[in-house]
Amino acid sequence: MRITEHPVRQFERGDLVHFFYNGQKLEGYSNETIAAALHATGVRRLGHSPELHRPRGLFCAIGNCSSCFMTVNGQPNVRICVTKLENGMCVEEQRGKGVVPT
Amino acid sequence: MIQDAEILVVGGGPAGLCAAQAAAETGAKVLVLERDYAPGGQLVKQTHKFFGSEKQRAGERGFQIGEDLLKEIGTNTRIRIMTETTVLGCYEDGVITALRGNKHLKFRPKRLIITTGAAEKFLAFPGNDLPGVYGAGAVQTLMNVAGVKPAERVLMVGSGNIGLIVSYQLKQAGVEIAAIVEAAPRIGGYLVHASKIRRAGIPIMTGWTVKQVLGDGQVEGAVICQLDDKFQRIPETERKVECDVICLAVGLTPLTELCWQAGCEMKFVRELSGHVPVVNDNLETTRSGIYAAGDVTGIEEASSAMVEGRVAGYAAAESLGHSPEIAAQRREEAIGDLRQLRAGPTGGKINAGIEKMKREGGAVHVNLYRYSH
Repeated sequence: MRITEHPVRQFERGDLVHFFYNGQKLEGYSNETIAAALHATGVRRLGHSPELHRPRGLFCAIGNCSSCFMTVNGQPNVRICVTKLENGMCVEEQRGKGVVPT
Repeated sequence: MIQDAEILVVGGGPAGLCAAQAAAETGAKVLVLERDYAPGGQLVKQTHKFFGSEKQRAGERGFQIGEDLLKEIGTNTRIRIMTETTVLGCYEDGVITALRGNKHLKFRPKRLIITTGAAEKFLAFPGNDLPGVYGAGAVQTLMNVAGVKPAERVLMVGSGNIGLIVSYQLKQAGVEIAAIVEAAPRIGGYLVHASKIRRAGIPIMTGWTVKQVLGDGQVEGAVICQLDDKFQRIPETERKVECDVICLAVGLTPLTELCWQAGCEMKFVRELSGHVPVVNDNLETTRSGIYAAGDVTGIEEASSAMVEGRVAGYAAAESLGHSPEIAAQRREEAIGDLRQLRAGPTGGKINAGIEKMKREGGAVHVNLYRYSH
């Protein structure tokens, strides 16, 4: 859910964009990260641990901990907490360690 | 191709930006590498007013300080900031490697200033890896930068300044706080923050901790329990707490990988919250020409990180012969400011830590280079 009124901050969210999450079309904004856009629509399970397949979500949100790895436009292991959302982006839950496209 | 750089700063947070500004002021050319898509570090999510002296912009909100700093730097042609650039390594011949997009970059700077900041500490309990267990910084990023409500109801773990401030900010954002649990017998943060929390009707439970996560594949609640004075769980004190996020505000630790890699002498200093590089008054490490400033030298506050950045920036520029007299004078002034910042009651712990760091002995030497031969 988005915060619409805040006593201290005003949020400049940029342009409305569309992106795909596991094939489902969702809305977000150009000035936010993929992680923020997903959380705004209620998605917080971002992937699974590579060996035990336990659900994974955000932890640090500053590109440090690797907990938020997802596959973005076919590229695995993208830190979605520091990657800006773009129109038409294809964001998917990652299975396993990911294979770098050749 | 290896690019030359006069002064390379790793990390565009408060310490790095102030280091760049100071060095450029005396005539040096500075390149700042920042892994995020925007510089400013964690200042961008600090919506509360800072303490300290007026010279350190006390009374202003963190994100405003960051915006002002970036505005000043934006007009300085001697400073270049490369964002979305993650530094990967520091080699024995002085080459720094970095990743930008899919490009592998190499730099050979004359001076290196490491301002990599800190990482959040974690806590061990069953279910701590599930979605909904967030660091306090992540919660701040979601609500204060992106304007996204991170939760409906939060259990806050830790009553240091971050735990208290973030709880208050969550309330401002319309999120309910189930409770703040604190393992220690007393509240860790400033009384002024704790009073605000109490007035807001949020219970602060000292001597309590989180025992486990409840929920199927994500946080749907938590079990908390009481601790004795030796931090051992007291049986049959468990309570269920309804919450959808468990927020960990259990401290930070310096991000020192580059210092280790560079072969700087390191010491474990509890008061500085982890392993830190041994530095002199000018914040130069034991590797000549490599400086460290901000939280990487010990966890403190943004205001002191900014002053430390200035000390390192002036010192590095001075060593390269840039307006040496002016640089030396301003460096001395900044060292004085730092002393003043740490003169208050909360500076005691930091001063004790710095004493330990400077004392002889206790250093950890890791000669990483031997593996490369």
